[in-house]
Parts: sequence; C-alpha cells; structure tokens
Amino acid sequence: MDRSPALVVGASLPRVDGVAKVTGKARYLDDLDVAGVWHGVTVRSKVPHGVLEGFDRDPAFDWSQVVVATAEDIPGANSIRLIEDDQIAIVPVGGTVMHVDEALAVIAAPTRALAFAAAKAFKPRIKALPAVLSIDDALAVTQKIYGTDNVFKQFLIRKGHVSDAEFETHFARAAKVIEGTYVTSPQEQMYIETQAMMAQYDERDGTFFITGSMQCPYYVHKAMKHFLGCDADGVVITQSVTGGGFGGKEEYPSMLAAHTATIAKKAGKPVKIVYDRDEDIAATTKRHPSRTHHRLAVDEQGEILAIDVDVVMDGGAYLTLSPVVLSRGVLHAAGPYRCPVTRIRGRCVATNYPPHGAFRGFGAPQTTFPYERQIEKLARARGEDSFAIRRRLALRAGDSTATGQVLGLSVGSDEVLDAVAAVAGHPPERDGSNSNGAPVKRGRGYAFYFHGAGFTGSGEQRLAGKAAVVATTTGFEVRSSSTDIGQGVITMFTQIAAGALGVEASRITVVDPSTAHVPDSGPTVASRTCMVVGGVIDRAGRALRERLETWGRDHGMPGASCDELGVIYATQHGELAETVTYEPPPGIQWDDLTYTGSAYPVFGWACCLVDVSVDLDTYEITIDRCVQAVDVGKAINPNIVKGQIEGGTLQALGWAVIENVIYKDGRVWNASMTNCIVPTFADAPDLETIIVEVPYPFGPSGAKGVGEIPMDGPAAAVANAVHDALGVAFDTLPLSPESLARGLGGAS
Amino acid sequence: MKIALEVNGKPVHVDVSPWKRLLDVLREDLKLTGTKEGCGEGECGACSVNLDGEVVNSCLVAVGQCGGRKVTTVEGLANGDILHAVQKALVACGGAQCGICTPGIAICASHVVDRGLVDFGDEHARARVRELLAGNICRCTGYQLIVDAVIAAAKEVGQ
Repeated sequence: MDRSPALVVGASLPRVDGVAKVTGKARYLDDLDVAGVWHGVTVRSKVPHGVLEGFDRDPAFDWSQVVVATAEDIPGANSIRLIEDDQIAIVPVGGTVMHVDEALAVIAAPTRALAFAAAKAFKPRIKALPAVLSIDDALAVTQKIYGTDNVFKQFLIRKGHVSDAEFETHFARAAKVIEGTYVTSPQEQMYIETQAMMAQYDERDGTFFITGSMQCPYYVHKAMKHFLGCDADGVVITQSVTGGGFGGKEEYPSMLAAHTATIAKKAGKPVKIVYDRDEDIAATTKRHPSRTHHRLAVDEQGEILAIDVDVVMDGGAYLTLSPVVLSRGVLHAAGPYRCPVTRIRGRCVATNYPPHGAFRGFGAPQTTFPYERQIEKLARARGEDSFAIRRRLALRAGDSTATGQVLGLSVGSDEVLDAVAAVAGHPPERDGSNSNGAPVKRGRGYAFYFHGAGFTGSGEQRLAGKAAVVATTTGFEVRSSSTDIGQGVITMFTQIAAGALGVEASRITVVDPSTAHVPDSGPTVASRTCMVVGGVIDRAGRALRERLETWGRDHGMPGASCDELGVIYATQHGELAETVTYEPPPGIQWDDLTYTGSAYPVFGWACCLVDVSVDLDTYEITIDRCVQAVDVGKAINPNIVKGQIEGGTLQALGWAVIENVIYKDGRVWNASMTNCIVPTFADAPDLETIIVEVPYPFGPSGAKGVGEIPMDGPAAAVANAVHDALGVAFDTLPLSPESLARGLGGAS
Repeated sequence: MKIALEVNGKPVHVDVSPWKRLLDVLREDLKLTGTKEGCGEGECGACSVNLDGEVVNSCLVAVGQCGGRKVTTVEGLANGDILHAVQKALVACGGAQCGICTPGIAICASHVVDRGLVDFGDEHARARVRELLAGNICRCTGYQLIVDAVIAAAKEVGQ
C-alpha cells in the first residue's frame, strides 16, 4: 500500500506499531523481563502540610529482606529540576511536607507484596500544620506557603489601553455588559498504563540506566543530571512503549526516575516502580482547577468593545509547570474574537494539594470554557443566533489577537465554521421523552476556538530542537526524542521521512527514543511534534536525499534511486546522518516582558456542535450528537488525525459531564477507577469528525498541530446546549446531575 | 497448590497459591504479558481474557477457580501469523492507539464477533457494540474507530 512514495504523505497508512499492539507483543515497562528485578514502593505522607519528624519501623517486620531509601540516600540534589528546582523528591527528616502524597521514603523488595508489606510497617511521624486548601485561602494568605503572597506566577496582558481607568471607560460606554464567574474542575489524565519506571545502576562505571513510560526523555535526563549529580553521560534515559500520556507523563516521570534510581543504587539491584491505579490517581498531576471572572462589553451593534478576564489557577504544592500552563491559559483567554481592547490577568497560586500539571490543552480548556459561555450569553442577551454571532465576530486573516499578533497565514476560522454549518441540520425538538420514558428537554450548543501550535513565543528558538535522518546499510532511520504515546508519532514520522526521501514507508525505521541514541528534539508536548519536529525531519530527509543524489551523480550512478544510493553509500563509507536544527519561520517577534507579539507561529482552528437531551427525572445529560471540525493545516495521516480529534473530544465531553477529581481534606477522595470515572463505550456518542486543511507553509506539507485543540471547546458546547435546552446557565464543571438539580431547584 | 489448565490451546501446570490472580499467573508464571493490568478492580477491562467461552476480568479471578478450564489470552487470538478478523480490523481502522487497552478490547471484541452477537446489518449495530464493549475503557480513541473495527470484523466473519 506504500507503493507510491509521492503519495505517502496524506495517506491513512496503518500504524507501524499496530500489529505489535493487537497481538500483545508490544512490551510496556511492566512487561519487560529483567532478571533479578526488585519492586519498589513509595512511602507517602498522610497529611497535607506538616513537618516530618522521623519514622517508626514496626519491630515485628523482618527488615533484613528489604531495602529502605530516604532523602539521605539521594545521590545528588534533592529536587526535581524543571522550570525551577523547588519540588522535593523525598522529604528529609526535619523537612516540610507540602501535600498528602509527598514521598518520604522508597522501599524495595524482591516481590511486590513484600515491598507493600514493608511500606505498611514503615510509619512516618509528621507534625501537622494548617493547610491551604482553596484558591481563596491561598490568595488571602491564611498560611504563607510560597513567597510572600502564595502566587507562583502572574501575567497582565493589556491591549488598546494603558491604565485600568482608561480600560473601564469602555465598559462605561457599553450598550451591554455580560459578566460571569466560571469554575473548572481538576481532571485526571487516566492513561490506562499507570506510571512505571525502572532503574539500574552500573557500579563499574557509575552509570544509571533508567527506562520507563514517559513523554519527554530529555526532561527526565535534565532532572536526573541534577538529582544524581552526574554529567550527561552518567545517566541514560530510554522510553519504553507508553500506554497513554495526555500530559500526565510530561513532568511526573522524573519523580519516578528519581525514586527508582535512588533505591536501585542502594539495593544494588534493578528496581521497578509501577503505580497502583489508586496511587496514580491520588499522587500524580491532574489538570489545574480554575476560576475565571469574565466581563464582555459590546456596543449597540453587538461589536465587542472590550474583554476583561481574570483567571486564577490552583497550582498545588510546587511550581512545577504552572507558569507555562497559566501562560497558555491567558494567551487563549480572549478567544478567537475580534476585540480592540483587552485586559487579561492571570494568577497561579500555591496550595497544599499534589501539584497540578500538564494535561492536553495545557491551560487553554480552562479559559476556553469561560469565553465560550460568555459569547453564548451575549447571543442570548441580544437575541442573536448562537452560530451567527460566532461567525460575525470571528478573527480572520488581518485581525489581531489579544497580544497584538496580526494573523496572516493559515487562518481557518471561516473554513471550520462552514464545515459545521454544512452538516448542522435542524436543531433537535425541544421537548420529548427518552428510551426510559422519562421527559427530556433537548438543546443545541456551539463552541468556536483556536489553539496555538508549538511552544509559546520564542520557546522553540530557545529550545532549538534537533532531529536526524540517517542512511544505513539496511534503509533509513529517523532519530528524534519525540515519543509515541499512542498518538501515532512513529507512523507520522515514517510518512514524513518517506515523502522527503522519496522512498517507500517500509524503508524507514523510527528509532526508539533513548538519550544514548537520539538528539534532543524537545519534549512531546504543546501540539508541536508534527509541526516542529516533523518539519525538522522533513528538512533533514530532503537534505539527505540531495546529498545522496549528488554523491550518486559524482560517482557514476546518475539513475540510482535515493533508496539504492543510501544503502550503497552506507555499505562503502558507513552511515550518513543529516542532523537538522529547528529554524523559526520569518517574522516571529515576541516580547516576554509585555506579553505582546506573536504568541504562536500559527493557530489551529475548530468549531464544535453538540446536541444534548436532559432527563428531567434524573438530570442526566445525554450527548446525542457531537460534530467537530478542526483545521489541522494538513493531515499527514488522516486516520491518525481523526483518532487524535476523537480521543480529545471524548476527554472534553467527559470533563463536561461526568469526570471529576474530588478533594477532601487535601486528599483525592475518589482515587479509584470505580469512582473517578471516565466515559465508556456506552457513554460516548458517535463522533462526527471533519478534518479541515488550510495549509501552513512552514509546517511539513502544510501541517500544524492537532493534539490539544479538540480538548478545548466541547465542554463549552455542552454547557451551551444545556443552556439552550433548559434556559438555565450552568457555569461550573462538571455539569453533573447534582449540579443540575441544584441549579434547577425550585424552578420546576 | 498444583493447578492444571489450558491456555491458548496448550495444557499448562502451575504450582501457586490458589488465591493468586489469574492475571498474575498469566503474566508472571506463564510470561504471557499481553494481558495488561489497568486498575486491578474490574473497571477498565485491560486484563480481559476468555475463560471457557466467557469474557472475564482476569484481575478478579483467582487461579484456584481455573483448574481444568480453558483460557484464551490475546496471544492466542491469532493463528500463527494470521491475525483474527478483529485484530486485522483494529489495525486497518486505527482502533489501537497507545495499545494498552487493546488486548482486552481484542479479547472482548473477538468474543462478540465470533459468537455473532452483533448483526452488522442492523441499524442499531453500533449501539449494540457499545453496549457489549462497555466494560473495556480506552482513553485514546474516543471509541469511534474501535466501533468501526468491530463492525468491519463482524462483516468479514459474517460473510
């Protein structure tokens, strides 16, 4: 099926790793057969804030059969290096416990059961301190847990005004002001493979080998150089086949790497840590919960005069990635709508919850929900059609965003709106009954949104990601640190490289990411893998082909194919590698101090239509229909793009109506799959996915990003549909039967 | 305790606690790591295996209950290199993404298809597939492409 190399890009090739996965042959971390491997378990705090005074070991337990590591055993510095070095890896005796699941010790044993038994017999003594367990307490500084004000990071973006007083004049002259407060809940990534890592320590040369489930080998590498106190060659990080990530394996794997490395060195054995589901839900990162106050001022004609956003996110106990999550949140907070005057304030606060972190969308879903509810309320207040108002106010090429970025290339706003309009059909009948005979109200909602592809501002230039395409004696290799976490990187890179080289896809091998073998292409995050790293691979492939063809002409083989030349060259001279570094497209200017300029090289665009029915007996919401049109620039593999859009869509629909992480006294109260639910086959509607392609000239074959955008909008579309059905506004996620019952209390 | 059972058509003998989970016997004693643990409490279905013609969560079955019985795991679905219709369709339709739920999905879907539990020509076929597979959670796909695959496999087997 890959007979025609010229057509390989844009074809729905079956996944390269598909057969291994359907036959059970793909080896995830816990499947690796490593002789003599021990099992590690983490001893955690039980209180959200306090001082670790020491440990009591149960004297009845035979401690000779296990190995216990505490902070004293850490080979280097006791922190997880990320943006800052603030997160402790293992709390030392005398140190401060900042959340209930903070690691206090790591225990390893020959069997998992024995390791768990030992952990139960190893009891920390903690002197409890008052904890900060809400955004309000954090802002009121009931306890000082970070800096002087408990604020990890704040942003203020101003467009079209210089002072608050000037800003308020636009509200004073408005014909209408729409105002609301919106709350979004924490969300668990719920990858089906829990966090898993294994470390081995080679005593002869002092090298650590760490393998596991992860998105970003070089993030772990950077953290481990610091934590282990070694140079770049002192630790090798390798990704094993990874059973889902969604952001949840962006930063947290460094914690498992630290724990396994520490105990493996002390035990003198390879040690693996595979989290139980309850531990994974409770201890690892979740989507930042948020609260947003949003004001929208319009004139008589319904033109937006000004947008005012104030978003606060709960970062949890350590800074981790919160500044960049907040950054992406504020940069999307005004939405894809025309507006001359914008003020966006964002704050991320410290609390005594386990750190919140990366999850698909990375701050944007938290700010998309508010602005899409506000546009809906504006339409209702003006008596204007919900879809028409979005089309009327949509940003188009030539318009400027909240940061003053003038949109130029690949602005797919009209195309995604047209695509949804073409299939929308009539809205459902308002009143009816469902298959249980219960009365229902039905409604339709829309959402329209955008998502910046790649790192913010000058992030990609600073990172300067590299990737290589290499001719070997048996074919071609792609070497990059981008990980396949299910989203299809291996297949997509295979297609891009095959297209660039002009060879069949079967001639390409995408090398498993290991810091020993691949250059640093940057992390697998931010909808950047296809556009940025794929673009680098495309350039590397084209350059390699040119070198080989030139060499062929110079050596009397003018008619030879690139495929043949690669093998001949490598056989005679050894492998030929073309390593390329990312180069930003021209005209990208960004000011990190004022947060103005080109926030992203380009945006993806999307529109979602949702029809719901609300059961008036149970207040359950059924999603009867969900259409999503997404402008991806170019679909390198349409079937994989469809899978990405649909997976993200269902995560968003789940976040809208059933998913919720419930905290009680600082601890996750529903830390099991039974209670922390995600949509099943039966909960999901048939999804109608429309791929829209408005090419981006600086992406490979025109491709932009797709990973995150489908997560941004559907929750708002659901809330808008419920608003349409019931005539009542619901502005807090999730829209559970309980919240509907409260909202409708006394109404009927 | 010595327990004899049949796994993927072959007789096997294990000497383990009867309380050991079938999942652990498969993965640890028989080195059949295709069967995955996703939750350990019967919610996610990643550990699904076929036990005497019924799909069970192997994390909830003690091996002591399995003496003399027939177990099929994902490793037993294909006939040599010839994939089961469900496996073929999952690859062709893109129904496997990260793949960790896929062995359980393949076991459940093969049962559905082999038993003819879905009439692929019926207008409610997709809803029926969703109902029958509701015990298997996938976080990657949104289920759409898996439903496509099961319908495609049912068609292939049924014709």
